[in-house]
Amino acid sequence: MLNYDIVIVGGGPAGMAAALRARECGVESILILERAETLGGILEQCIHTGFGLHYFGEELSGPEYAERFIKLMDELSIEYKTETMVLDVSSDNIVTAVNTTDGLLTIKATAIVLAMGCRERPRGALNIAGTRCSGIMTAGTAQQYVNMSGYMPGKKVVILGSGDIGLIMARRMTLEGAEVKLVCELMPYSSGLTRNIVQCLDDYSIPLRLSCTVIRIHGTERLEGVTVAMVDENRRPIPGTEEYIECDTLLLSVGLIPENELTRAAGIEIDPVTNGAVVNEFRETTQPGVFACGNVLHVHDLVDFVTLESYAAGEGAAKYVHGSVLPPDYISTKGVGAVRYIVPQRVNIHNTEDVKLYFRVGQVFKDASIVVKYKGRELARRKRPRLAPGEMENVVLSHALVGDFENGETVEISVEVKQA
Amino acid sequence: MTYDVAIIGAGVVGAFVARELSRYNLKIVLLEKFNDVAMGTSKANSAIVHAGFDALSGTLKAKMNVEGTRLMPEVCKELNVPFRPCGSVVVAFSDAETETVHKLYERGKVNGVPEMEIIGQEKLREIEPHISENAKSALYAKTAGIVCPYELTLAAAENAVLNGAELIRNFSVEQISFDNGVFEISNGESRVSSKYVINCAGIYADKIAGLIGDNSIKIAARKGEYMLIDKKMSYLANTVVFQCPSEMGKGVLVTRTVDGNLLVGPSSIEVDSETRDDLATNADVLADILKSAQRSVPAVNTRDVITSFAGIRAHDVSDDFIIAPSAENSAFINVAGIESPGLSAAPAIGVYAAELLLRACGGAEPNSSFNPCRKAPVRFRELSSAEREKLIEKNRSYGKIVCRCETVTEGEILDAIHSTIPATDVDAVKRRTRAGMGRCQSGFCGSKVVELLSRELGINSEDITKFGGNSKILVGKTK
Repeated sequence: MLNYDIVIVGGGPAGMAAALRARECGVESILILERAETLGGILEQCIHTGFGLHYFGEELSGPEYAERFIKLMDELSIEYKTETMVLDVSSDNIVTAVNTTDGLLTIKATAIVLAMGCRERPRGALNIAGTRCSGIMTAGTAQQYVNMSGYMPGKKVVILGSGDIGLIMARRMTLEGAEVKLVCELMPYSSGLTRNIVQCLDDYSIPLRLSCTVIRIHGTERLEGVTVAMVDENRRPIPGTEEYIECDTLLLSVGLIPENELTRAAGIEIDPVTNGAVVNEFRETTQPGVFACGNVLHVHDLVDFVTLESYAAGEGAAKYVHGSVLPPDYISTKGVGAVRYIVPQRVNIHNTEDVKLYFRVGQVFKDASIVVKYKGRELARRKRPRLAPGEMENVVLSHALVGDFENGETVEISVEVKQA
Repeated sequence: MTYDVAIIGAGVVGAFVARELSRYNLKIVLLEKFNDVAMGTSKANSAIVHAGFDALSGTLKAKMNVEGTRLMPEVCKELNVPFRPCGSVVVAFSDAETETVHKLYERGKVNGVPEMEIIGQEKLREIEPHISENAKSALYAKTAGIVCPYELTLAAAENAVLNGAELIRNFSVEQISFDNGVFEISNGESRVSSKYVINCAGIYADKIAGLIGDNSIKIAARKGEYMLIDKKMSYLANTVVFQCPSEMGKGVLVTRTVDGNLLVGPSSIEVDSETRDDLATNADVLADILKSAQRSVPAVNTRDVITSFAGIRAHDVSDDFIIAPSAENSAFINVAGIESPGLSAAPAIGVYAAELLLRACGGAEPNSSFNPCRKAPVRFRELSSAEREKLIEKNRSYGKIVCRCETVTEGEILDAIHSTIPATDVDAVKRRTRAGMGRCQSGFCGSKVVELLSRELGINSEDITKFGGNSKILVGKTK
């Protein structure tokens, strides 16, 4: 059996940032396990720009953003194994993995960082009626074909869902000569970033139809068309609004699901809203010494925030390795009303640093205030001109406040809109 | 060359008929319309081995069901196909249904079904802790079980091929003529000659019989839709949970699959004869299935649905299996109307149809090299650490995970592509290995499988299909 201070599952932006920070905090023995051929994760297929604006202050492509970290891994001699799949994380922090050179690997780790990322919700999960012909895939799979393998999945495209990958692929397919006939979105708002709607749809005159969904798939062998329909406020198709659209390709961008099979199998508590682990501000899960960060913890809007979160996890893992562990006294965080979730779900009351709480809202707001309350008392109020489900929000809990908290109590975040 | 026997249709029935006949020195050809075996009813059904109390006593259905279910454990052992004898319960929710359950029990006794028992609420809850509180009693049948229908079909067909039968795929029978004691079977382009024909054409058995002027078969196909649910929900059913049957079939069931998913369905709706192979699912039908399933197991929900699908059952208007030489030509044997419990009955139907053929042809010498066993394919996810290590030591491609959701290695996919009945499309790889069958539904591994098929078969990625024909996945290169 191998021994490492920290084993990191996943070598995407989250895993690499966690490794980097852990090394900066003085941990020498680190191993990253990555299932793909190279480090970088999903960034490698995201050849569009828009990465790094917050973190590097410049606009990079996905591979460029990844490359900066990969270079640091090499410069700092952080060990990694690619084409290595982790099969199991045990309750006593033993990682089992497999690859073609080492065969079966078992590694005893003091701390583990889970950074497996997320996957796209597939067609089956939507239960769209109709046939099971070819020509239907997730936007990310299409992105992999186009950007990594150099193949076109189709020529006449309808995109269901206006998540960011769908929007990016609307532009990408158009640039490759395909006709993107429609992007339809079940909700009355897009779940994608505003800048992507402008730069990927508006600039190419691709129509976005809100409150609209695909209700039927047509075609025996290859896709021949889809029927779309408008939906009511309960997301049910409105009879009489059906429209047949001829197409050979249906791309799905209908949500991302954190890949927590290993986490679940290890018996770590999962937040039913984020579908990621329940963590404290160091991103430590309910299993001591096991941390989680990036899209496996909750789906982020920007990679820059993945990097920052993973620094917290890397630092937490380093502290754990060095034996600097705070007594287990926590307050929980709770989203109220339109605040769907908050990460971290708990904050250690002995923490002496500021803690950033990340959250998402479930609907669009204008001129709203984010209100933080503790035992009914208002701790903070932040004005926001606009809040949208597609964009992650955060508020800072200053350490001065945290110091006053009592074990077992709750901090609540809600959204208030001034009545007109 | 003139074959002794041509079997039309490589579904579970055709595969078992071929396997049984391969015990004899006969030149056998198995003709399949699609690019793989098990592409019709055999790939989309409830995957249940029924105990045998449903079919009316004295019918061929009842006889074949009970005998097939008796044979199933041994057949699965020989063919190395997983069979789980999990038992089944038919649940009664009212006094009227309790009466039905008792009738089924009595009928089962007449049909010769062993190990049945009427159980009360308490024992039912012991067996099925997640059953509805409204359940009053149940018929518990221990011999029922679950099996993977396409793996069973593939295994039987592979075994037949290894014992000398020939499989021709993408051969859609268009015409049959009979001259000088020999059938000429044509797909419009090429011909196959054979002394005998066995019609195992499933939902098209009537059309195939019609080609020799036999219009006695009347298929009134019925569509059944299903939802497949994530493995984490499989705890909801330990046995096969049936409701009381109706005229249209056995009602909606809730069961595990051998691969550990939860399966709910089917609906049962008669389909238009002209569009009987339309496998489209319908939103309202799926909603009804859910409602009906929740009647038995209230905790079933659509949150964790992985996929939905439809299968067509070859119901004959006579409501029984038709396994007999045609009145038009005694060298043409119909094996038709094989709807549920056809999967359970298939091993027995194989034996029965083989006997009919032997009787018709005056017998045949035994095939002295016949081997009833099929080697199990490598299943990395089911192996122990020690076995995995040994395997990778021997062949490094077993150390490379291609499908992360189902833990399928590159080695297993290569095995499938180079197996006895080679997988030549993406769905064929999926059925043989489970690559792409998990929760991401091939989102990550789909392109890798296309690449492996392209490399191993020496064809362009653009020409790789999902399931043969024009089901291409890619349309060309990028700019």
